[in-house]
Amino acid sequence: MKAKFILNFKPDMVDKPLTYLLIKEYDIKINILRGIITPGKEGRLLIEMIADDDAIEKGLEFLRNENVEVIPLQKKISLREDECVHCGACISVCPSGALEMNRENWMLVFTPEQCVACGLCKSACPLRLFKLDFAE
Amino acid sequence: MTNRTYSEINQRIEKGDVVVLTAEEVKVLAEKDGVETVAKEVDVVTTGTFGPMCSSGAFLNFGHPSPPIKMGKVWLNNVPAYAGVAAVDAYIGATEHSEIEDEYGGAHVIEDLVSGKKVDLKARARGTDCYPRRQVDATIDIDSINEAFLFNPRNAYQNYAAATNSTAKTIFTYMGMLLPNLSNVNYSTSGELSPLLCDPKMRTIGLGTKIFLGGTQGFVAWNGTQFHTTRPTNDHDIPMAPAATLALIGDLKQMCPEYLKAAVYERYGISLFVGVGVPIPILDEEIAKAVCIRDSQIETHLQDYGAEGRPSLGVYNYEQLKSGRIEVDGKEITTGSMSSMYKAREISNKLKDWVAKGMFKLTEPVQGLPSNTSLQGLKPKEGTQ
Repeated sequence: MKAKFILNFKPDMVDKPLTYLLIKEYDIKINILRGIITPGKEGRLLIEMIADDDAIEKGLEFLRNENVEVIPLQKKISLREDECVHCGACISVCPSGALEMNRENWMLVFTPEQCVACGLCKSACPLRLFKLDFAE
Repeated sequence: MTNRTYSEINQRIEKGDVVVLTAEEVKVLAEKDGVETVAKEVDVVTTGTFGPMCSSGAFLNFGHPSPPIKMGKVWLNNVPAYAGVAAVDAYIGATEHSEIEDEYGGAHVIEDLVSGKKVDLKARARGTDCYPRRQVDATIDIDSINEAFLFNPRNAYQNYAAATNSTAKTIFTYMGMLLPNLSNVNYSTSGELSPLLCDPKMRTIGLGTKIFLGGTQGFVAWNGTQFHTTRPTNDHDIPMAPAATLALIGDLKQMCPEYLKAAVYERYGISLFVGVGVPIPILDEEIAKAVCIRDSQIETHLQDYGAEGRPSLGVYNYEQLKSGRIEVDGKEITTGSMSSMYKAREISNKLKDWVAKGMFKLTEPVQGLPSNTSLQGLKPKEGTQ
């Protein structure tokens, strides 16, 4: 399975090779999508994990034991779909395919699993309906 | 050859046996049974569009306080409104910005009013013998003011150029965010559902035409500003650049926020989504043929908004643009729309329903729209930049 998580870690964790350990010890393919890491401050990573469910679960347990806050990405992005007018202004800026138009009913289709938290939709939406907490 | 007149159509609407289809449905019928059948069997075709239309606004009359005031400057929720008309009239323009908030403007004031929300009014005046008051602060809403009518100088553009950006930096435009290096394309139309593309010669649309506007009935008041009827056309009589427009008027008190929605375009400003639908009477076969236009037959230029003069990078039709991807210089580019097809379809269906239920009769234009018009530029004074 594939899943995306935001990892928040404390200043003293910044120099620990977390991704290396996830790969080596838990056999998880890691794709780093975004990162804010400043020495002496809290760090934040957006990663995609590719492995079987069991391995991912063990990897997440390891992270939690290391005091890393693990948040599934879907919990940090949201679209107020009931207010959407389905104009499509967010679609052409979306690099990941998370936002697409259903060409039968002309409604916006949002697939949070595909999102890479780039935030372009947040700027493009004329109704300001997206919420993305990654950088905050 | 005339198939039917306005009065025959209205009699059928009254009797409840009018044949009305949306502009999408009529195309299916035409492909199955031909345009002759459409001309013979269909009385009315309904169109729709729901796009950001900056050239929108509303006239409001607030009523007089005692003693009265000749308002010189007016603010609604801290958004300046134009008060250079008689004493307690003002015009709130959709694109006007709040003086204190970044993402609030005239369009939001209009949406707040139609949503029934309270709005703060601040007015200042010089004071005269007949209007001695110099200032007033009040809370108003749509029911507390006398008249409120939407009057939009330029709506329902007949075609518009698609936009992209060849430069190395993202640019922020009224056509949305245009990413660097030809990475996205935005267009704005409902295409084969769009009013002025379904009657490109405007044979049935003119002054006084009754339409769907903002969720209620409105009227075509005049030709819209920047009304251009001499753009090059393609083989299907479709102008391939921004051409005709409509000035629209309607009672704001009857409108609803589902069809008037404030929009914010990053680093560009405020605009207003306006729901417009025009019923087209199928008077003859020429009009029947026109309403059966397909997206594949409606073409527009793709312009590079990053380059000076916005040069054309090619001609694309709306079947291609609406597909989600087009090829430019051998590169596949994602397309997106500024205008909602979902709402355009909803509007065409709603208008169809009104006509079918006898709630909406058709009006023959009092006068046709101008022909042979083009645009003039503005020449700055010599020695100025």
